[in-house]
Amino acid sequence: MRERLTNLYGKDGTRTVLASILSIIIGLAVGSIIVLIVGAVSSNISGGSTWDGIRLVLFGILSTGRDASGALSFGFNPTSIGNMLFRATPLIMTGLSVAVAYKTGLFNIGAPGQYLMGTMASLMLALGIPSEVVPPAIIWIIAFVGGMAAGALWGAIPGLVKAYLNINEVLASIMTNWIAANIVTWAFEVSDFKNLVESTKSGYIYKTTFNDVATSKMGLDSIFPGSQVNGGIIVAIVIAILMYVLMTKTTLGYQLKACGSNRHAARYAGIKDKRNIVLSMAIAGALSAGGAALYYLSGNTEFAWQTYQALPDTGFNGIPVALLAACNPIGVIFTGVFMSMLDVAGTQLTALTPFNEYITDVVIATIVYLSAFSLVIKMLISGGKKRKKAKAAPAAEVKAEAPPEDADAEKGGEAK
Amino acid sequence: MTFLIQQTLIYAIPLMIVALAGVFAERSGIINLALEGIMIFGAFVGVLFVNIVQQTEFFEAAKAADNYIALQGLELLAMLAAAVMGAIFSLLLSFASVNLRADQTIGGTALNLLAPALVLFLIRIIANQNTLQMASGDAASWFMIKKAMFGYGRTEEMGFLGSTFVDKTYLATYICIIIFVVLSIILYKTRFGLRLRACGENPQAADSLGINVYKMRYAGTTISGALAGMGGFVYALTTSNCMATGDVAGYGFLALAVMIFGNWKPLNIAGASILFGLFKCIASSYSSINIGGVFIFNELGLSAHFYRMLPYLITLIVLAFTSKSSRAPKAEGIPYDKGKR
Repeated sequence: MRERLTNLYGKDGTRTVLASILSIIIGLAVGSIIVLIVGAVSSNISGGSTWDGIRLVLFGILSTGRDASGALSFGFNPTSIGNMLFRATPLIMTGLSVAVAYKTGLFNIGAPGQYLMGTMASLMLALGIPSEVVPPAIIWIIAFVGGMAAGALWGAIPGLVKAYLNINEVLASIMTNWIAANIVTWAFEVSDFKNLVESTKSGYIYKTTFNDVATSKMGLDSIFPGSQVNGGIIVAIVIAILMYVLMTKTTLGYQLKACGSNRHAARYAGIKDKRNIVLSMAIAGALSAGGAALYYLSGNTEFAWQTYQALPDTGFNGIPVALLAACNPIGVIFTGVFMSMLDVAGTQLTALTPFNEYITDVVIATIVYLSAFSLVIKMLISGGKKRKKAKAAPAAEVKAEAPPEDADAEKGGEAK
Repeated sequence: MTFLIQQTLIYAIPLMIVALAGVFAERSGIINLALEGIMIFGAFVGVLFVNIVQQTEFFEAAKAADNYIALQGLELLAMLAAAVMGAIFSLLLSFASVNLRADQTIGGTALNLLAPALVLFLIRIIANQNTLQMASGDAASWFMIKKAMFGYGRTEEMGFLGSTFVDKTYLATYICIIIFVVLSIILYKTRFGLRLRACGENPQAADSLGINVYKMRYAGTTISGALAGMGGFVYALTTSNCMATGDVAGYGFLALAVMIFGNWKPLNIAGASILFGLFKCIASSYSSINIGGVFIFNELGLSAHFYRMLPYLITLIVLAFTSKSSRAPKAEGIPYDKGKR
């Protein structure tokens, strides 16, 4: 038994998971510390609400509001958990988008733009096709596929300029993001999909239910009553599994990963590297846009169409989702749910304490920061092993060769 | 015409100084994708500084007595505060990428996520809303240079040069130009600059000649952080009325594009940023641009969205044409490893 455990521990995958969990713990700790400092410095915030804030940062998903005496109560909250699953849907999709591109050696920071293009295409299709003629289920499928197609086209642009003109895909993606934000605003402004019926709201597009289009609940609403959850989460999970199969079991996936590991070696081996770069970005774009389609076709979400000054957070949050999962499509399912859990915790924090939801973004940013040197963290985790090896080798020689900063890092590892 | 030049300068100068920030980091071998985040942070720090300090008795009195020198001093102090905090913030990036050999793209992205989150979290607690403004008055009444300061009356004209480059401008603009020139000279004409550039081209060779690559990369990134932080505040001061919103509308990324378009050389960057400043100016105020009495952009009848898209579209197109000949510092983005020769 013990041997088995050691084997499991020795596996690279296990260490990746441990590194991610450690990153999460450190991230949550940093968030709590910031809440603590702000609570201590600010004269308006009492010690009690600081403590409440910390508890909500850590366990916000289980919060059931305040009880009669005004203290926070915790327990199973089906509404929160259902909402968590609902919000996880687009995050899983954008996370997959970033992960697939990353495996091909591309950093897809263009997810927000692709997400917006997907939103535009799927909303226009869902609202534009008359539901008297075409059954709503067919419209849903057309809108979903159409949205993904729009995202694929938009994602292919940075891929094309990267492959053929050697423009850094990060820069190209950022430019296409802002161009998309303007195109979407422009297109909706001249369209007649603006919600003019409900006069209390301005700047929103009609819900897709105005055309009787809505994602099937698939029975999930009876498990999580009062929440927004629907079948979209199941679609997202199926797509994640499909992406896993694509990346690990097919020739195309192998070619994509080969391009990511070493573009020149891949070309030497007869793989069309340029085609694969474009294809990878197109798949990434389709996934992001699919996330948008699942979110906005749900029937209970509304799209504020004047987006030219701000890009959707969901797109950017695909980056932490993917990085935290070490770009493994199956891992993305779990990290996507984790991120939306933080999101729900943030809304609880805003509702119940003087703090606000942005602290959860700080937690996410900290986790991304840590994932930038996940190798070092992995090294820290396997520090025990390293120490044994170091003892076997003449220690003095190792010390003399390593640069001073590196020696410090090694020492830190040994201390753990 | 006066309006066009002034507006272009207002947009071009932060772009220029932040692009130079990018140059300092990349020439030392670190890709500083965090420029956007550092700008956001710098803008917040500068505005917060102004917000707090302007409420002190000294500056209240200075404002009441129209003591312009004291007010301009406040502006400079706020720039300094933004620069210092920007430099400190950038240490997160240099620590990760120099000491821990982290992936610099991800590290930069983390800072880009962290800055708006932290800034909005604090702004919401400080101001109870999503924007942080000056405690009283606006940027124009506190900091703008006006012809009245030079004894001109309300109806008197300063002449073309005076009314374009003196009246209704900000001192920050000219300070930035001076800093830009001085730092460009430092980068090319001093021993420090040569060493910094060597670390971005061939760190192994630099190391073999006794240059501490780690120190140089720290220096490059820290200067970069200071410039970006200051640029962020200057942006907030001159374009958005000294207001911090946790957003600089992709300006940091635009600066990166300007840097690449300018081929990592200060003179080209100055030209490129004026070009982009012009497009940004057209985007934001095309309807009031008046060239020789004709409101040219208004008469073209194109949609506002087209003009807003223009800076980004042009960037992409220009990059498409220039990327083949652009030459990045050879060792940028590669963590320095002494063992590799």
